[in-house]
Amino acid sequence: MADKPRIKLPKEAAKGEVIQIKTLVSHVMESGQRKDAQGKAIPRKIINKFACEFNGKPVFSCALEPAISANPYIQFDARIDEAGTFKFSWTDDDGTVITAEEKIALKA
Amino acid sequence: MARRYVGMAAAIVAAVSIATLAVAEDAERKGIAAPPGHVFKTIVSGYEFRSKETRALQDDDLENPGFLAVERAADVWKKVEGGEGKSCMSCHGEAETNMKGVGAAMPKWDDKLKKPVNLEQRINICRSEHMKAEPWKFKSRELTDMTTFVRYQSHGMPVAVKTDGPMSPWFERGKQIYYTRYGQLDLACESCHERNNGKFMRADFLSQGQTNGFPTYRLRDQRVVPLHERFEGCMFDVRAEPFKPLSDEFLALELYVAWRGIGLPVETPAVRN
Repeated sequence: MADKPRIKLPKEAAKGEVIQIKTLVSHVMESGQRKDAQGKAIPRKIINKFACEFNGKPVFSCALEPAISANPYIQFDARIDEAGTFKFSWTDDDGTVITAEEKIALKA
Repeated sequence: MARRYVGMAAAIVAAVSIATLAVAEDAERKGIAAPPGHVFKTIVSGYEFRSKETRALQDDDLENPGFLAVERAADVWKKVEGGEGKSCMSCHGEAETNMKGVGAAMPKWDDKLKKPVNLEQRINICRSEHMKAEPWKFKSRELTDMTTFVRYQSHGMPVAVKTDGPMSPWFERGKQIYYTRYGQLDLACESCHERNNGKFMRADFLSQGQTNGFPTYRLRDQRVVPLHERFEGCMFDVRAEPFKPLSDEFLALELYVAWRGIGLPVETPAVRN
């Protein structure tokens, strides 16, 4: 069961304004380098890709590597030209995708 | 040649600025005045001993990864479990109002058990007696999450444990453990956290060993760590055989150490190294 990611961005923005988006997701980010008590390697399980799109257009995406610590925190900026929905996705090594959505309105 | 001197000068300047930085950080540590008869003049939270970056991480409610635990437990709070068909909420209602101050006053005397119980034990008593559900294991994510969640409801409130009445023998026992040297390294809690707090040791500042931020998100473990696990870690580090988590020894110690930080604001979920 994946936990709900934490996302922070303003509810509304002026047209053309650059806003900051903060995201935090709960994940073990097991590097694959560690061994368990029996000496067996613990298989790698990380979020390998994060992507954010706004009204269907990509805004930001990045590849994550095993050295990134648990519960990855990602912060980036985006310019708002229209009201719409941000879609966030975190892709796990095992193929599961954690998704979230946030709406933003234009300031009147 | 000239270039080499420039390099050296830069190195000296860098060293001096690091030294002044360390002093500046030292002077900045703010604490609260201790009550009369206390071991410290000023009680200082572990927060003040951490780096600027770690403190910033704790202060931002979104960035602080400890809040992942708080949010997880907020859902569990409403979840019905066990034979009685109850959730935490069935009896306690909204945690935000009804759990205020509860965590700040733990460990607390339990009349039925004739001993003090801490938050983890109280949660498990609720689960096994009132919900007829399986108690959670210590160190399990569920128990640590719920402890963090309940304690978070006292965020900013002063630590207010009672140490008189039936608690006093436990307080004395905790004090005795605090001042007893353990392990191959022959160190007591006091050796580091009373006598040497504020000093730089093992690439870190020794704190007063306050418990106001527990359960705390440890960057080293990348998860929320309950107090008794930290106690265990300390004892392991001095190469002693640790007491068992939730044992009477650790409970007495928890009570005594909480008193040493009496009046400090609860910081749960704190972020520490």
